[in-house]
Amino acid sequence: MKGKPLSRRLLIVAGALIYLFLMLPILVVFPISLSSAPYLQFPPPGLSWQWYERYLDDPQWIDATWRSLYIGGATAVLALLLGVPLAFSLVRGRYFGRVLVDRLALAPIIVPTIILSVAVYGVFAKLKLIGAWYGLVLAHTVLALPFVVLVMTAGLRDFDRSLEQAAEGLGASRWRTLSRVTLPLLRPSLVSAGLLAFISSFDEVVVALFLAGANMTLPKKMFDNILMEIDPTIASVSVIQILLVTVVMVLIGRFGRGLRDSAR
Amino acid sequence: MTGRAAWPALPALILLFVFFLFPVVRMLGFSLEGGTLEWYAKALGEGLYLRVMWNTFEIALLVSLLCLLLGYPLGFLIATTTPGWATMGFIFVLLPLWTSVLVRTYAWMVLLGRNGVFNRLLMDAGITSDPIPMLHNFTGVLIGMVHVLLPYMVLPIYGAVRRVDPAVVAAAAGLGASNWRIFWRIYIPLTLNGIFAGCVLVFVLSLGFFITPALLGGGRVIMIAVLIEQQVREALNWPFAAALSAVLLVATFAVYALAQRFTQPEART
Repeated sequence: MKGKPLSRRLLIVAGALIYLFLMLPILVVFPISLSSAPYLQFPPPGLSWQWYERYLDDPQWIDATWRSLYIGGATAVLALLLGVPLAFSLVRGRYFGRVLVDRLALAPIIVPTIILSVAVYGVFAKLKLIGAWYGLVLAHTVLALPFVVLVMTAGLRDFDRSLEQAAEGLGASRWRTLSRVTLPLLRPSLVSAGLLAFISSFDEVVVALFLAGANMTLPKKMFDNILMEIDPTIASVSVIQILLVTVVMVLIGRFGRGLRDSAR
Repeated sequence: MTGRAAWPALPALILLFVFFLFPVVRMLGFSLEGGTLEWYAKALGEGLYLRVMWNTFEIALLVSLLCLLLGYPLGFLIATTTPGWATMGFIFVLLPLWTSVLVRTYAWMVLLGRNGVFNRLLMDAGITSDPIPMLHNFTGVLIGMVHVLLPYMVLPIYGAVRRVDPAVVAAAAGLGASNWRIFWRIYIPLTLNGIFAGCVLVFVLSLGFFITPALLGGGRVIMIAVLIEQQVREALNWPFAAALSAVLLVATFAVYALAQRFTQPEART
């Protein structure tokens, strides 16, 4: 700290307080999840694993967790299958209406989720798709697509095309060039895009609130519980979710395009 | 849609048409049922609903201002510190961003509730004898929303501060300008684009917010998204919900369109 001007020191203090505000809600669930009190109490009178046991012993919670995991996985796969070719066409294509396609692909993050939820709910109710896991996957894919497109178009713009030309010049077919050169080089972007799509679905609650019906996803189950009572089981679920997100962040940091690149 | 490399976009476009564009357009059509504008008149004319619109606007504006107030120092700090600290700073902005909104909302309920952490601390310290209401009201919604949206302000401001040419700052310092003066006369004008981008983003996201007002508002702070949900699920009034959705959608696009007009071309991404 020595030698830093007063204004800089004040800024650091202000920054520390703002970080405290950002981290406080994340930190507070840890002690509560380990509380030995029979109800919400802070600070906890003692430590116990009871709320984790309550979560693990409740088939409803476990059911909801599995459902969210496979819906998130399926969403990530589908969003990549549709979003990667879309990104290729947006970056490399030269065709009429490309700007319009670009706008449409990003529209799901601009249009408020409540509107998308209500609109799709109206159609799915007619088609009797409420409660179907694949219905939720389709709606979540719409929401995940913009993330995949943003990450992949950024990756493709930085891509050195002379490497592809070299492969083709050496006699590789277009398909072989794609599978042996282009996609492996894009792997960091693919990893980030896939994990972002997974998390966006795994954490999504508004669409799930409308479309999941009786088949709870983890966020929907959490929403219902929070609405009814503040039971510390939620704290243990929250801790598990925070840890999962941290793991995904570490994975992206290690194998994906840097967090800072995708933040830009 | 002809020409080179248009076809790979096709599968995604089909998905977007069937599960996004068509449902939204279909629902918006309900608002004109009977060929009249009565549902729009109700949304924009009746005092009760006008109050909701005003609430939404007021909250979005306040949240944007508070996010700017908290987000600028943070973005500035991360952009001007050493790379090691910057990485740490980034992690602690992104970790809350990626943590489920539900987890964070639950945590705020624990912190702000009648018997919550804050009230317990305040009462134990003898600062207040009765719990201060911080949950299920305007304050609670505001705190929760600022917390969720702050990272969206920090990131564009960080980017803008990074783009400020260090030579300009060095020149000003060399000519004897104080840090305070450098901040107001160089950083603020040169980062206006980032400030603007962050405010627009936070404002627009606030307009359509649902989870936080639904849980932290406790039925007392009704924002437009909460009203839409009530109309669909409780009142089963699709035409009215559709008219409200149209109003929200138009407001959202209008803010974006205005933002595009006022942003300098080179700052667009």
